[in-house]
Amino acid sequence: MAAAGHQAEEALQQAIKDNFGKYLLIVDGSIPLGMDGAYSTIGGRSNLEILKEVAKGAAAIVAMGSCAAYGGIPKANPNPTGAVSVADVIKDKPIVNVPGCPPIPVVMTGVLAHYLTFGSLPELDKLGRPKAFYGETIHDRCYRRSFYDQGKFAKTFDDEGARNGWCLFELGCKGPVTYNACATTKWNGGTSWPVESGHGCLGCSEPDFWDAGSFYKALSMPATPLKTVGVAAAAGAAVGVAISFANRAKKSAAKAAHETTTLPDLEK
Amino acid sequence: MNELQFLTWVRGPGLNLAISIFLLGVFVRLFEIYSLGRKKDLSEPRNVGGASGINTVFRRSLPAEGMLKKSPISYIGGYIFHIGLAIIVFLFVPHIKFFQGLLGISWPGLPSQLVEFVTIVTIVTMLVILLDRITNPVKRYLSTFQDWFTWALTFLPVLTGWLAVRHLLLPYTTMLAVHILMVELLLVFLPFTKLFHAFTVFGSRWFNGTVNGHKGVAV
Repeated sequence: MAAAGHQAEEALQQAIKDNFGKYLLIVDGSIPLGMDGAYSTIGGRSNLEILKEVAKGAAAIVAMGSCAAYGGIPKANPNPTGAVSVADVIKDKPIVNVPGCPPIPVVMTGVLAHYLTFGSLPELDKLGRPKAFYGETIHDRCYRRSFYDQGKFAKTFDDEGARNGWCLFELGCKGPVTYNACATTKWNGGTSWPVESGHGCLGCSEPDFWDAGSFYKALSMPATPLKTVGVAAAAGAAVGVAISFANRAKKSAAKAAHETTTLPDLEK
Repeated sequence: MNELQFLTWVRGPGLNLAISIFLLGVFVRLFEIYSLGRKKDLSEPRNVGGASGINTVFRRSLPAEGMLKKSPISYIGGYIFHIGLAIIVFLFVPHIKFFQGLLGISWPGLPSQLVEFVTIVTIVTMLVILLDRITNPVKRYLSTFQDWFTWALTFLPVLTGWLAVRHLLLPYTTMLAVHILMVELLLVFLPFTKLFHAFTVFGSRWFNGTVNGHKGVAV
């Protein structure tokens, strides 16, 4: 049976001591900074405090899942606990982000296997994600991509297009802006993946995906309602009418001020 | 701000702001222009066959006699990039989806590959037209800041859209956001620059045609 409670804490301290400077630290979950980190504690100590302590002796850190990598759902607007990612707290260690909600198992093990095999971290992209798994978008690797190019879209989750397996772009699929390996590795030992089961990609491996508009709104649609458009049009019409009245007044004034020229005037 | 937040901003608040300014400007200028009116012409109309507002609306889409030979780049290039822009804006499927989301109406589009071909032709044509404006001394002399500016406002959405589709230069998410931002800039400036001809071109042709017809100008 795995250690729990104080035993687990002791095991942690022992492992740090025995492998100081050599171990990989795997972090799961975001770190709440609000109320001095009191939103999440283990054994009476805040996660923030524990992370800082444990990170000191780590050779590198793997932030597992979107919470550890970017702050995750706890960081969603308005972020009541002040949740942040590992990279927001630890600045002096190499960090590999393995985002996903949840991350793909084979990607998690792939990163660890890479470190164990080569003794180095895999090549990372701008967001600290291994390029081997996050190098291409879901959309570019999607088996439904050809339907997108042909303009064949499912309009609802149970129409003919959905049954024919057409593109889910119109149902809000975020595949075009999501970098992950779902379309190639699939899930559950290659059984299936969200798009294959008929649901669009949520974009869970991208930062702040939960605040990027509705999951069910197509990327081409406005992310938030266009609130001031009607008012602006009405205001434009009102200003236009006001200008036209001003112009007319100017014209009448010019007409009224017009002086007729007589022949003697010209001979002056 | 990360790239997804950037994209969400241009798809949300940015779009709202751009369309608001666009509509405000369009309505101000349309009311302003069409309410100006003209002094009533009391002279006897001297109608000549074919000379009318409607006729001029169509006729001015064709080059005047001899002009095609004198200024082929302006005419042929002008046709190509105007038709190209119309095809790209109104017949590319993701764009139709955008209009559908905004207006609730949709229409059939063209295959993406065909639209991409049109896009490349349009980009090249617009570059040729710019080069012509730079190298032709008369055109360069006549060009003001607004000419260069409106060219860029029109060109950048096309270029960034194509770069986004092709995944060039920047990651798709960023390039898509830049593309939408460029379109928003175009929307913001369109009512207040000579790009407003998109709304007034046929109106002014009709007006000129009518006045000319009344004066008896043979066309």
